[in-house]
Amino acid sequence: MSNATLEPLRPNQPPSNPSPEPGTPENWRTFFSFSTDHKVIGIQYIVTAFIFFLFGGLLAMVMRGELITPESDLVNRTVYNGLFTMHGTIMLFMWTFPMLNGLANYLVPLQIGARDMAFPRLNAAAFWMVPVFGVILITSFFVPGGPSQSGWWAYPPVSLQNPTGNLINGQSLWLLAVALSGVSSIMGAVNIVTTIFRMRAPGMGWFKMPAFCWTVLSAQMIQLIGLPALTAGAVMLLLDLTVGTSFFNPELGGDPVLYQHFFWFYSHPAVYVIILPIFGVFSEVFPVYARKPLFGYKVVAISSLLITGLSLIVWVHHMFASGTPGWMRMLFMITTMTISVPTGIKVFAWVATIWGGKIRLTSGMLFGLGALFAFLFAGITGVMLASAPFDIHVNNTYFVVGHFHYVINGAVVMGFYAAIYHWFPKMTGKMYYEGLGKLHFALTFLGINLIYLPMHPMGLMGMPRRVASYDPEFAFWNVLASLGGFLLGVSTLPFLLNMLSSWTQGKPAGDNPWNAIGIEWLVSSPPPHENFEEIPVVVSPPYGYGSDEPLVSNNPAGKPIAEAMSSSEMEGAIA
Amino acid sequence: MSTTNVDPALNSNVVVSSHAEPNHTEHEEDYRMFGFIVFLLSESVIFFSFFVGYIVYKTNATDWLPVGFEGLEVREPFINTVVLVSSSFVIYFAERFLRKENLWGFRLFWLMTMAMGSFFLYGQAVEWMGLPFGFKDGVFGGTFYLLTGFHGLHVLTGVLLQGLMLGRSFWPNNYDGGEFGVEATSLFWHFVDVIWIILFVLIYLWK
Repeated sequence: MSNATLEPLRPNQPPSNPSPEPGTPENWRTFFSFSTDHKVIGIQYIVTAFIFFLFGGLLAMVMRGELITPESDLVNRTVYNGLFTMHGTIMLFMWTFPMLNGLANYLVPLQIGARDMAFPRLNAAAFWMVPVFGVILITSFFVPGGPSQSGWWAYPPVSLQNPTGNLINGQSLWLLAVALSGVSSIMGAVNIVTTIFRMRAPGMGWFKMPAFCWTVLSAQMIQLIGLPALTAGAVMLLLDLTVGTSFFNPELGGDPVLYQHFFWFYSHPAVYVIILPIFGVFSEVFPVYARKPLFGYKVVAISSLLITGLSLIVWVHHMFASGTPGWMRMLFMITTMTISVPTGIKVFAWVATIWGGKIRLTSGMLFGLGALFAFLFAGITGVMLASAPFDIHVNNTYFVVGHFHYVINGAVVMGFYAAIYHWFPKMTGKMYYEGLGKLHFALTFLGINLIYLPMHPMGLMGMPRRVASYDPEFAFWNVLASLGGFLLGVSTLPFLLNMLSSWTQGKPAGDNPWNAIGIEWLVSSPPPHENFEEIPVVVSPPYGYGSDEPLVSNNPAGKPIAEAMSSSEMEGAIA
Repeated sequence: MSTTNVDPALNSNVVVSSHAEPNHTEHEEDYRMFGFIVFLLSESVIFFSFFVGYIVYKTNATDWLPVGFEGLEVREPFINTVVLVSSSFVIYFAERFLRKENLWGFRLFWLMTMAMGSFFLYGQAVEWMGLPFGFKDGVFGGTFYLLTGFHGLHVLTGVLLQGLMLGRSFWPNNYDGGEFGVEATSLFWHFVDVIWIILFVLIYLWK
């Protein structure tokens, strides 16, 4: 492998003839239909989620505009409360979950050598619920009293207040949207778990499965175990709010802290639902652009499952300030710190993968490295926050906001961009403009550090989160953060320009522009309907960079062998 | 590769459209049961969460029962429990008849299961009507109606599904090759039963 060429894999194949099969999504109308093709659904998820991401980002920019001065002048406090609630809810339930479901939908069947997901119709139904609950949530801006103002975690008794007295209010619409999102996620999780368990190609044992599939499986198992607990809590909260029961209402003998347990039992693991597939993206992207096998593949794969297990026993660290007894604080402090072991293993494995490799700094690789850096930083502040005394000190300050935005915006969103740049040629058959991609990376990386780094000193100085006005002593850091926020808004423009223009008039990419090893790179770009002419027979573990062992023993694209083997790299990939 | 090597450019259309479809339905049966079991495991977490909530409320409460209420009657609910648990055995025999392709035996036992499920729902409704407290009477009333109601909804779903499967048995040759719907309904029924046993112990027997 050592002398990997950067040329397209099959230079002599005219790429203008991608797929003669019927039903290929050549037509933009396919993306507005109830298509059951996992590739169409994957792109539908990603594009829909990205639109919500832009909307949620717009709300964040209004908040940063408000916070650029200490006084509450741009929006009043009520509107501000609605803004941060909707921002958090949209970013989690309508951006990250659907976006990652999109990546999983697109990539899992291709990577495990299946023609589609196990339940294609269920898949389409789960997707089409996303715009439905998105519209329900956004409608709450227009009901009397405005949207929910109790934050994305909706703690009672704040969330039980219903000043307008209407049955249809911001909070009840919020609960309805979150419940529908839960149903959609469970449908997706059942589908993905079944697909990975039952539809792997012949020869693909567990330890021949790409790391991305491992992480998706681990993440979806968290959905299956955790989401029902949130659903239980949400049902009880909805009954309290609408029927007048007293589960969480302390005035009537209810227990508001129990809601926090229900909520965080799911919503802490939900962080791992979000970050695990991004770990998978790292494990896919780094070997390709460093031309080295993933370091410690088996350990990385097992670490994903360890994270799944541990993530289910750490939730009380969100409640150190909720009157939790001392033994509980101690116990959950220890479990929380334990989780840094499997994540640390992964970080070391990625660093070792890159170490001494022939690194190509494409946009995908740059975003991968940027995301890894952000994750490392967030991991360090995460271990700080795990410690109960420190957590109680900075609880509800901007330190926490800075920490989790480094995870979600830093690691997850940049990891998403890495995935998009990496697989865009596969999804569309077109190549993006590298220059715009690098500009996008520079703006995003700068913006993320400019907005979230100042939040750490701000929080240590004691600035509380979720406030529309603040003491002038925090003004300097807030101005910096606001500038970073606007920069982040601007950074999406080169991305959108790049994606739209490349998709419509980019250069043809070829089947394997990165010389990557993986089943998805053996078929045409975009892959044909039903993916494979012949189901691949897997004979080697993934990431065989530098080894001569073939990945599959047949030719899943059904093309004449000579064509598929025009590179020394892929001579090893197909026997 | 030995089979498709003939001339891929010519027969690629034919190969994809002809062998992909049957392949799909052939295996789908298999996947559906696996998927359904995954779903039931996930569903059980909702009940588990409610149970944990109930235990937390009850162990932390100072006055658990509403004022002037002595405690739940156990006799009728126990009869209900016996009927529901027995129906799990009845539905098992119905499935066995179906496997032996004895359709009328299947229908008879299947109908008996439906009757026992309906009896349970009726008994539950009678009990609810006779109770002196309501949904809004404190955490006790709330959890009682939430747990029994949520479970009752599952029993109702089970009975409706059984009705659907019974109707489909009258389609000629419909159940010749075994039937995923019948197996799934039966599994769901066992699930609802097991949940009820835990629920009965927690709500009625645990004083």
